[in-house]
Order: sequence, then structure tokens, then C-alpha cells
Amino acid sequence: MSEPAIEAIDVRKRYKDKTALDGFCLRVRTGTVCALLGPNGAGKTTAVRILTTLLRPDAGQVHVAGCDVRADPRAARHRIGLVGQNASVDEILTGRQNLIMFGKLCHLPTPAARRRADELLEQFDLTEAADRSVAGYSGGMRRRLDLAAGLILSPQVLFLDEPTTGLDPRARMDVWSTIKSIVGTGTTALLTTQYLEEADQLADQIALIDAGRVVAEGTPGELKAQVGPDRVETVVRKPTLDEVFLHLTGQPTTTQQIQEQAE
Amino acid sequence: MTTPSTRQPRPHADVLRDTATLTGRILRHWRGRPVSILLGLLFPVLMVVMFGYIFGGAMAAPGGKYMDFLIPGMLAMTMLFGLESMVVSVTNDTAKGITERIRSMPITTTAVLAGRSAADILNSVVGLAIMIATGLLVGWAPNRSLLQALASVGLLLWLRFAFTWVGIYLGLLLKTPESAVAVQVLVWPVGFLSSAFVSPDTMPAWLDAIATWNPLSATATAIRELFGNPSWNAGGWANQHSIMLALAWPAVLTVIFLPLAVRQYRALAA
Ligand SMILES: Nc1ncnc2c1ncn2[C@@H]1O[C@H](COP(=O)(O)OP(=O)(O)OP(=O)(O)O)[C@@H](O)[C@H]1O
Ligand SMILES: [Mg+2]
Repeated sequence: MSEPAIEAIDVRKRYKDKTALDGFCLRVRTGTVCALLGPNGAGKTTAVRILTTLLRPDAGQVHVAGCDVRADPRAARHRIGLVGQNASVDEILTGRQNLIMFGKLCHLPTPAARRRADELLEQFDLTEAADRSVAGYSGGMRRRLDLAAGLILSPQVLFLDEPTTGLDPRARMDVWSTIKSIVGTGTTALLTTQYLEEADQLADQIALIDAGRVVAEGTPGELKAQVGPDRVETVVRKPTLDEVFLHLTGQPTTTQQIQEQAE
Repeated sequence: MTTPSTRQPRPHADVLRDTATLTGRILRHWRGRPVSILLGLLFPVLMVVMFGYIFGGAMAAPGGKYMDFLIPGMLAMTMLFGLESMVVSVTNDTAKGITERIRSMPITTTAVLAGRSAADILNSVVGLAIMIATGLLVGWAPNRSLLQALASVGLLLWLRFAFTWVGIYLGLLLKTPESAVAVQVLVWPVGFLSSAFVSPDTMPAWLDAIATWNPLSATATAIRELFGNPSWNAGGWANQHSIMLALAWPAVLTVIFLPLAVRQYRALAA
């Protein structure tokens, strides 16, 4: 078996008096998609920032695409792509200028950077808006541009921090299909999300993160099985990932339980 | 789809090209938001009008017209204003996530910071040209050689170069555009506590001392001499060695703030 594309061992990170990661461990096989699922403040963004060299952990080992992220962040940066939680494109520039600029910063020769920008604008349905300033883009358009900017070079490992937050269902599906086509080419991806359906749709492996550590890990099917068998409510159905999530983070899982707790 | 794959880095060529790309980014902002850039460039012109025509009549200008004092002072002030626009620009990049994206890419600290500094110097060249033209229009009369005029421009840009590092450092330190407002406010006392607008002699002794030794005063006094304009008071060590001080002060500021800026940029990962 080949070495994992992402390996984090016992990673710890404190911000002043707040522990953000508390023994975070994760292993993602090359060519697979892992979803990091967790509530607000669980440490998802902190984990992504550490894996993408933006933040130094206080302790622990981190390897991405065969690079030791702490010892050689530059080597790691050559192999990763990042789409951060908040759109991070230059608002004053046009969409095309952004992509050409990031292309050059990826060290493509200028003509290649231009060609690549055209391809990505086409692929992300931004050709029409290409020469308008990003300040006038909608949230979905920004997100697509952001995604495009993270994909200028096909990265070995792609990190996506809440890639579809704030998108309408239609735009979300578009982003899903884009992500699917990217991982179809062998790229490993780690995405964080609060949408359990998103994890279900995209991920081969889900890691539930709560209070800075992974509390459960497995395929969507395995996680669902952990909650127990199908349950009888008004109708018979399988537990949804939402219920899996609530169960594993120790919160009430059904309306009935919520009511019981309330009493 | 032909996705280019990762290329092997060629360190030195890459640093230069990245610097140029990042400089180009800031310069493109001029075209992207012409109004705010234009306002920034015209603001010192407005100040010349205000100080020259509104206060000017009341200003005692020993041995010359007030305009001949004011314009060199305003040229130095224009260099200082670069500091606040730098802080605003750097904090904006942090707020908009551009800094994070750039940091996640294989781009050296040198290229990122040098690109910022270079773009700001180019911006200040345009600002200086506008101010010099304004000065000539309102009757300011430099009366030494072209070489000395160019030396003045050199001293002004040297001061601006130092301020770019102060600005980058403060921008990285403050992080949010809201706190950049503090710098916008603080620039004023720093600017006024100098020989830019009035003679430090007229200030209380302790303010006089600060104003006399203000780096801004050193450059203002030095270029007054080089442009052949009258100076407030010829006496005093600082005044008599203004050219030396106008060379030394920016060097001192750069030696302090350039490493601080580099350290602060690297500390973003802390
Ligand atoms: N720069 C910071 N300074 C201090 N505390 C921070 C900082 N960044 C994050 N934290 C804290 O660390 C914890 C983890 O934050 P993180 O942003 O990683 O969570 P998250 O899972 O990404 O949350 P969300 O779903 O809201 O994006 C939170 O309690 C947060 O308050
Ligand atoms: Mg987050």
C-alpha cells in the first residue's frame, strides 16, 4: 500500500487560552476524499491551516504528499491546493486578472497562465464575467473563482474548507460535480463541511471532529451502522448522517429524545 | 483539459518574477479603483491649497514666501501619507484572505514584501510628480541645479522606502482594517510635529526638540537646502546636518523595520 497523502499524528494547537486541536490524528489514503465534519469551533479550519503550512502546530507530526510540513513547508506548498473558508481572491481585479496572476505565481510562463485562466473561466462558467471586477461578483461566482484559483496546477492534495457554505443548492451541486471531476483525476482531497449530505455525497471517508480531536472515523456506511439499526419513528428509515453526527457528539439524536431532554 | 503539473522551482528567477507579479497586482489596483487612488494622490494637493492660501497669509515666513517653505514640507508629508495607505492595503489583504492564499503558495517572503515595497515606491513617484507640478503651478520656485533637484527626489524616495517597511510591519501587526484607522489618525501628529508646516522654533521647547529631530523634518530641511528654498532656522546641529540626517534616518528606520516586517510575516504561521 502506498503512503498516505495526508498524515497527522497527535497534532496540538493552542491559541492563547483556547485549545483548538487536542491530539488531532488523521490519515487519508492517496486518491481518496476525506470529509472533516464538525460543529462550529470544532477545529476544522485550524486543522486545514496546519495541513496547508499556514499555521505551525505546537506539537505533533504532519505529512502531506510525502512532505514534512513543519520541516519543509515550501516543498509542501508545491504540491497542495487550498480553497479557504472565505473567498480569497483580489476583489479589485477582474476574475481573469486574478487567475492569470495566481497562474504566474504558480510559476507558469505568462502565455500558459493566460491559457489556463481561459480554461478555468470556461470550466467554472465565468467567461462572461471574466473581465468584470470581482467586487461585483455574487457569492457563488466568487466561490467558483476561488475554487478555480486553487486548481491552477492540478495539486496532489487539495484542501477545501467549507467549499459550499453560502451557496444556493444549484451552485452547491455544481461545486460538487467539479470536486468529483477533480478527484476523478487522482487528486486526494480533504474537505471540511457542516453539511452532512455533502460529506455523504463526496467522501470515501468521514472524520468527525469535535473539540479538537477526531471522535469517529469511517465510511459513511460504517458511521451510520454505529448509531444502530433502523429505528421506528413514524416511518421506518435509515438514520441520516445528521443523526449519526448528533449521536457521536453526544447530542440528542431524535425529536423524541430532544423532547425527553427538554422535560 | 490540460492541467499543467507542478514545475520544479528555479529559486532566483522565481523570486524576481514573483516580485514583479505581486508589484503588478498592486499597480492594477490603480486601474481597478481609479477614484480612491486619485483622491489619495490629490489629497496633498488639497493640503497645499489649504495651507498655502487659507493659512498661508497668517504664516510668518522669514526670508521668503510661505509657499517656498510649504512645498518642500508637503513633499515630505506626501511620503508620510504613503504609510497609511500601505497599512490599509496590507490589512485589507489579510482581511480578504489574499495573504493566506499567497502564503499557501510557494512564494518567498522576499518576493511578497519586495513586491509591496516596489509598488509603493512607484506609487510615490507618481504622487511626487503631481505634487511638484502643483508646487510649480502655485509659484514655488526651486532655484538650484537639476542635479540637486534630483538629489531631493532621491532623498524623498529614500524616506518613503523606509516608511514602506514601517507600513508593512504595522499592517501585518495590526491585521484588521479597523485598527488601520489608528495609523491614519496617528500619522497627523507625526506629520505636524515636524518642520513641514511651521518653524519648530515657535513650539514649546519639548515639542521643538521632537519636531527638530523628526525624520520628516530632516528630509524637509535637506530638500529645502537642495532646492535652494529658505529654511526656518539655519542654526542648530540637526538643521546644519540635515542632508546627513535625511540619509541616516531612513537607514535607521529600515534597519529596524525591515527585519521586523520579515519576522512579522513569518510569525503569521505562529
Ligand atoms: N486566531 C484565533 N485566535 C484565538 N482563537 C482562535 C483563533 N482561530 C480559532 N480559534 C478558536 O479555536 C477553535 C477552533 O476554531 P476553528 O476555526 O478551527 O473551528 P472550525 O471548526 O473551523 O469552526 P467553523 O465551523 O465555525 O468554521 C475555536 O474555539 C475558535 O474560537
Ligand atoms: Mg472553519
